[in-house]
Amino acid sequence: MNQPFIIGSVQTPIGDVPKISSELSWSDHWGNFKARWGVGRMHYTVDPGLYALGEPNEQSPVLVTANYKMSFDRLRETFSNRHAWILVLDTNGINVWCAAGKGTFGTDELVRRIEFSRLNDVVSHRELILPQLAGPGVAAYKVKKRIGFKVIFGPIQARDLPKFLDTGMKATPEMRRKTFRMYERVILIPVELVSALKWSLLILPGFLLLGGLGASSGFWQGVLSDGLFAVLNMLGALLAGAVLTPILLPWLPGRAFSQKGLIMGLITTLFITLFGVFYLDIRQDYLSILAWFFLTPAVSAFLAMNFTGASTYTSLSGVKKEMQWAVPLEIVGGMAGLILWVGSRFIF
Amino acid sequence: MEKMIYLKNVVTLQLNEKNCTGCSICMVVCPHAVFIMNNGRAQISNRDACMECGACAMNCPSEALTVETGVGCAAAVINTALGREGSCCCIIEAKNDLPKDQSKSCC
Repeated sequence: MNQPFIIGSVQTPIGDVPKISSELSWSDHWGNFKARWGVGRMHYTVDPGLYALGEPNEQSPVLVTANYKMSFDRLRETFSNRHAWILVLDTNGINVWCAAGKGTFGTDELVRRIEFSRLNDVVSHRELILPQLAGPGVAAYKVKKRIGFKVIFGPIQARDLPKFLDTGMKATPEMRRKTFRMYERVILIPVELVSALKWSLLILPGFLLLGGLGASSGFWQGVLSDGLFAVLNMLGALLAGAVLTPILLPWLPGRAFSQKGLIMGLITTLFITLFGVFYLDIRQDYLSILAWFFLTPAVSAFLAMNFTGASTYTSLSGVKKEMQWAVPLEIVGGMAGLILWVGSRFIF
Repeated sequence: MEKMIYLKNVVTLQLNEKNCTGCSICMVVCPHAVFIMNNGRAQISNRDACMECGACAMNCPSEALTVETGVGCAAAVINTALGREGSCCCIIEAKNDLPKDQSKSCC
């Protein structure tokens, strides 16, 4: 594999180990940006194995990470002017936390990778520093028993590593807490939005068509009024569920994500109705307006519910409980809205 | 403000305090500070903050902790219910046939 971040090699008892740069290039930043938008994200990988950062020797620390390129980049960029070995596990290009949850960033892979890369012969000590979020996959006491290496769980964020190392491997409580701050939420929005937009590209033409077909004022007039109003509402639902709810997550009332999305959806529908009817001067009968007060919040609630997968604090038990009432409600709300809208055009 | 809590009283985390040896590894690996040490033994102090990631149970050498682990992800629950291979960020499949664009959501 072509790996442009390799800038040379370091000699060790087992031969040359590739040396990697701690500086990210433009193409690294571009690759990260694309992955955030879901482009090439499932194939954004680094070759597993041992790498040298700086000029490490037999006493330098060993840092373990996943072979998702974004994880690898976060680690190496924090290590300018430092010396360390980087052991990259094969996690099929999935980040540390998700891979640990699925077991690929696990005890077996770690032990296998240590043997395979002959780490025993490269370093004289027997310590590994793992990201704390590898915990769901790696049992430290089993690694010790199986291969003699002591696993030290470092901080959650790679950027805290220098401080962690400089203070004798002591993590502050903050380093051990997974947060979900504004920035952390915002960078997750594009991937959610892109996948939702893909679906809406299939649905929106249908709404435009129906908007034209059911109009009493003629096809094109209908497309431009009812069809446009439908498109505005669907895009509003995406905005409410996949963008605004994640951003405003801590401030929206309720604990269930669906509830937060539902509220955001209702507010958005209200705005779109006012904007469409009064500003764009789109004529809508009451039934169609009512229809969107069902449909838009239902879609928004569904998208918000999906954001549980991106969040850093939702449990599976909780998500299942939420879905027990949220999914039926979303389906009923969505169907009611559709029936009202289609009915108002062709039946009632 | 930054301390977000999901639904209350749903978490399956169980601690058998009799088995606890007080090694405190659960405190180290827990990303939500669920545990505290009390008289040399672990104690669950903030159960509702638990996200069932399973790091504590995985690392407990005396098997004092149990939790039904899983990814708290609606897309994955839906896919499981529909009998499909779980999507969500965390799809891991055979390396050569990674389906293009299963990147439905998360992480």
